[in-house]
Amino acid sequence: MDGLSAELWQSVALTIKLASATTVILLIIGTPLAWWLARSKAIWTEAVATIVALPLVLPPTVLGFYLLVLLGPNGPGGRTLAFTFEGLITGSVLYSMPFVVQPIRNAFVAMGERPLEIAATLRASPARSFWAVAVPLARPGFLTAGVLGFAHTIGEFGLVLMIGGNIPGRTRVLSVAIFDYVEASRWREASLLAGSMVVFAFAVILAVTLIDKRSARARA
Amino acid sequence: MRTAKRTATPGRIDITFTGNLGTFSLDAQFSAPARGVTAVFGPSGCGKTTVARCIAGLKHLAGGFCGIDGEVWQDDATFRPPHLRQIGYVFQEASLFPHLSVKRNLLFGAPKPVPAPIGFEEVVELLGIAHLLTRTPSYLSGGERQRVAIGRALLSQPKLLVMDEPLAALDRTAKSEILPFLERLHETLALPMIYISHDMTEIERFADHLVLMERGKVTAAGPLAALQSNPALPLAASRDAAVSCDAVVSGYDGRYGLLALRVTGARMLVPAPPQTPGARQRLRIAASDVSLARQAPHASSILNVFPARIKSHAPLGQGEITVVLALGTGGSGTQILARITRRSWDTLGLRDGLDVFAQVKGVSLVAACNRPPEIPTEALPSLDQGSEQVSAAA
Repeated sequence: MDGLSAELWQSVALTIKLASATTVILLIIGTPLAWWLARSKAIWTEAVATIVALPLVLPPTVLGFYLLVLLGPNGPGGRTLAFTFEGLITGSVLYSMPFVVQPIRNAFVAMGERPLEIAATLRASPARSFWAVAVPLARPGFLTAGVLGFAHTIGEFGLVLMIGGNIPGRTRVLSVAIFDYVEASRWREASLLAGSMVVFAFAVILAVTLIDKRSARARA
Repeated sequence: MRTAKRTATPGRIDITFTGNLGTFSLDAQFSAPARGVTAVFGPSGCGKTTVARCIAGLKHLAGGFCGIDGEVWQDDATFRPPHLRQIGYVFQEASLFPHLSVKRNLLFGAPKPVPAPIGFEEVVELLGIAHLLTRTPSYLSGGERQRVAIGRALLSQPKLLVMDEPLAALDRTAKSEILPFLERLHETLALPMIYISHDMTEIERFADHLVLMERGKVTAAGPLAALQSNPALPLAASRDAAVSCDAVVSGYDGRYGLLALRVTGARMLVPAPPQTPGARQRLRIAASDVSLARQAPHASSILNVFPARIKSHAPLGQGEITVVLALGTGGSGTQILARITRRSWDTLGLRDGLDVFAQVKGVSLVAACNRPPEIPTEALPSLDQGSEQVSAAA
């Protein structure tokens, strides 16, 4: 039992580490991308938005396949990221990107031009307008983005399996661990993990809904 | 448009914005003094807001020119982005940042080195918002929000304050709550303002200059009273035509409760509470309150009867005529409007250039204005600064 739980906790820790790193990276690169998508009037804006949204529709295995080709030993990078934690992060960032970019983009769009115009007439530079006005006003969007990005990374399976494999302590995350336990007919562990994931998913969706409701009320 | 490079004249606001915006074509060109309130008046959708946005740099119309008191904000080679223009801008709808307290909203645009010409305490006092400072904007009424927005614009230390229909989104109560503040602003701060409005009653209360717009075009610009009394312009031809003029309090008759006010060419008696002699007071004289007589009437209940000269006239509909009068025997004083029937015009044998008597039945005091009127002081005939007892008879 103790041995089991050590193995299990290792997976939990790894999963949280992966989801946290992915969320942080996504917020850092997703925010400017969402800002640009929300404000650019260029024709190719929607094309870029579509590329960002592709993982919503593509089977994770397709993404995993391309990542293996690009990040594997024969890829252009030279050094392989396949079956490493860094590889997992790279895959997760791409896979969860739409879940982070879209809420932030929507929040920036919903805010409209006006707050930025007000800031500009009050002598705020574009940078100050962004940090002191746009980001605080889009806070509910950032919250939703953070929660969804984190949760969605925890829930991924196919992509992780393809580029990460199943190395305990390095790439064996929760979803893979459940698969593993089932394969090994260890139903108790499998059901424990699966049950926790259900509770977690419920909490996440409820949280996001409540954030949305609260921000809708604040705007009214 | 001129081909020579335009320069910004100190003391002037020079504006040229022409161009097509979708199906709308804008042709706005005017010049106004960079002091006092310049009102831009026109029906909804005539392009007033676009002009305001171009002045602020929120909209860029290529080929435009914007010179503010010696500074070029826009010409063919220059386009200063809005945050580099020393402007204060008040939007039509409440535009406070919802995530900041009233105080932090007020200080958002205030420059960091503290001593500034327009002080925090002064603005808070002027707008009566001291009790709101710690609140969140969502707990303020519409009128309170707009007052805070005006204060925030002022504290950014602008060289020019642009107000785009600041009262249009407010109900009657909130409007009447803000108007006195706008008047006080005008009195206390030497800050030029551009005031956009489609409501002439707001403009009559405190504007000094007027720009008339219609379907994207500036149709006239000049001193408020001159445009109000120009029969060629739609203002004088409207049903509620009136002229605003700035008068000086010259005395008070305590026995009858009458305030004596002097304008160029006439002294008026108005039932009103006493005021300090020498104080400036804005008057509004409606055309429908002025009638004409060939001889000085005796035994009339009308107190204010002045010699005047008919400057011009224009028909108003089928049966009426709007007459432009200049007060004073030589016809050199303040111009006002009279509305009479065409029948009276014919029966009395009235014509342009004729000396008549103007009987003013009603004069409304619209706002105190403690600043020099547009007419130079020397032009005021025998201005008596001391308290002068007024006899009851007119």
